[in-house]
Amino acid sequence: MSAGRQFLDALAGRHSSGAPAVRRQTLMLGWGNDGRRDDGLGPALIRIFNRRPFPGLTVSSDYQLQVEDALEVARYRRVIFADAARSGPEPFSFQRLYPAASSLSFSSHSVTAGGLLALTRELFDHEPEAWLLGIRGYDFDRFESSLSAPAHGNLAVAADYIATALETGCFEERPLAPPPGASPTMPLIGLEGVR
Amino acid sequence: MPKTKSTDGAASARRIVIEPLTRVEGHGKVSILLDEQNRVSQARLHIVEFRGFERFIQGRPFWELPVLVQRLCGICPVSHHLCAAKAVDGIIGAEQLTPGAEKMRRLMHYGQMFQSHALHFFHLASPDLLFGFDAPAAQRNVIAVIGEHRELAVQGVMMRKFGQEIIKATAGKKVHGTGAVPGGINKNLSLEERDALLAEMDQMMEWAASAVALAKSYTLDNLERVADFGSFDSNHLSIIRADGAMDLYHGGLRAVTATGDTLIDHVDPCDYVEVIAEEVKPWSYMKFPFLKKLGPRDGWYRVGPLARVNTCDFIDTPEAEAARQEFMKLTDGKPNNVTMAYHWTRMIELLHSAEKIRELLHDGDLQSDDLIAPPGERLEEYVAMIEAPRGTLTHHYRVDENDQVTMANLIVSTTCNNEPMNRAVRKIADDHISGVPEITEGLLNHIEVGVRAYDPCLSCATHALGQMPLEVTLVDAAGETVDRRTRP
Repeated sequence: MSAGRQFLDALAGRHSSGAPAVRRQTLMLGWGNDGRRDDGLGPALIRIFNRRPFPGLTVSSDYQLQVEDALEVARYRRVIFADAARSGPEPFSFQRLYPAASSLSFSSHSVTAGGLLALTRELFDHEPEAWLLGIRGYDFDRFESSLSAPAHGNLAVAADYIATALETGCFEERPLAPPPGASPTMPLIGLEGVR
Repeated sequence: MPKTKSTDGAASARRIVIEPLTRVEGHGKVSILLDEQNRVSQARLHIVEFRGFERFIQGRPFWELPVLVQRLCGICPVSHHLCAAKAVDGIIGAEQLTPGAEKMRRLMHYGQMFQSHALHFFHLASPDLLFGFDAPAAQRNVIAVIGEHRELAVQGVMMRKFGQEIIKATAGKKVHGTGAVPGGINKNLSLEERDALLAEMDQMMEWAASAVALAKSYTLDNLERVADFGSFDSNHLSIIRADGAMDLYHGGLRAVTATGDTLIDHVDPCDYVEVIAEEVKPWSYMKFPFLKKLGPRDGWYRVGPLARVNTCDFIDTPEAEAARQEFMKLTDGKPNNVTMAYHWTRMIELLHSAEKIRELLHDGDLQSDDLIAPPGERLEEYVAMIEAPRGTLTHHYRVDENDQVTMANLIVSTTCNNEPMNRAVRKIADDHISGVPEITEGLLNHIEVGVRAYDPCLSCATHALGQMPLEVTLVDAAGETVDRRTRP
């Protein structure tokens, strides 16, 4: 058996003996271009949690989500994806995320969070509990490494919310879903995989 | 919508727009103008490329360039990182690096080439090749590849991961690393890092060789179909080593005609303005480079894997050289002008990169502590070139006495392939769409297949939740929307 095959089998939850692999607790993956103002909200959140470690939490930031991130996602029971949001609720939205294979039809060398979950499921037979944190940003068009003031405020609120969720183990969608029959006030554009 | 000569008086002319293209980097759209008989009267690839970066870096200290300029792109930042570093080496008079520094940079570069080519072939192009150009849109993605060819998709991920680990070990990070510094590199490769990479090396070599065989058999099995698909005669350009070998990191410029006649050879990158100029066209943000010797009409050229295999005399690694010789047999040693042959040549380079990585990992210079060359004569202007995964990349800088950048000109690979991609679009539109009564989704995908062969990078280096979906719009000459389609 090749090393690659063994690695894949282990990620897929099967040791050579057939016993399930032990997965780690929570991965928080923030991404964005912190040289383009509020596009850097995801990495900025990761920097906060780098300074504020939680037991069982692994943090990672990157410029874009890439297909090989599926290898990392497959190691965890829960994954929190954190990105800047061009539109949607303020100060942030926090939604359960599910594999979205259809979003891969638009993929390039980078992938969406839902697409990454679909890749993880298809490649490694694993579907972690996944959440998408969309921190509302406002300025994406300038080459500056600082966040806008309102985005900075949104980041602080979002970080507090995630910290509380990690402490209590209570993860709930924000904003709360509207009651049955009610019209949503704000469409969640582009949140592939959010139901 | 401005009228074109071909549409004057054609009240029922229609324009088809594919926007944005899928599985290419960044934003681009294709517009196809049909006359009243559904014949193609115009076909163009429009690139929405942000050109402000060259202006943005003016006034910055030049030693920041290797770290700064790579932020232009999240797709091939290593190429920008290394090209800017080479330019800064020249500015400080430290062009001749220590062996350890140059080999670390080369290892970083081959890691980038390896992961980029693997991802493009296995995840972006494979749906076109495995399922056909007419396959339903729902099947033209990597999930369908996983469903029917799981091992290929897994190989793509694992090879990508391997290349990224090399980049991390040499540049410090997978994306936007800081490894290359003026005059050298800031770290060597530890024995632990070396051994971790060597543990995967045999598997990577095996997969790379299989990928070459797959690309070759696909091309030969479908030769009748792919030979003419989006193909045309063109010039080819790349940098080349002094002895004529393929060298992806350093060399002089060589350009050959479609039949192999040499147009320029071993031109120092610093003299590129003597041989290359750039043309601007009103309908595209992207410039059109051309060889001055032939002028803008005939001087355009292709870059990237196909061009590099066509321009080099040989490849200095045995397995890739054997693969190159097989490839060149098809055209009796003359340049190959088949657009879809980009895939085969890309895999030859994948194998070459794997061989180079293996060679370097066994080189003790990678553990050297002599990593910074002493500065020499300070220059105020320098031009560096490197072969990025998609083709020749040029960084040209001028700096003042205060070490601030006063001018920057970047000619990226996709810009060089601008005219060729437009030719491919026009050729495919003429061959497959012209005169067809109904333009189907599959026919439109033909256009994208031709563009994807070049693996263009149109990245605007920003993203966030909430970007536009793929939209295909059919608009008449008066600007009225006749049909609009959004892909799933």
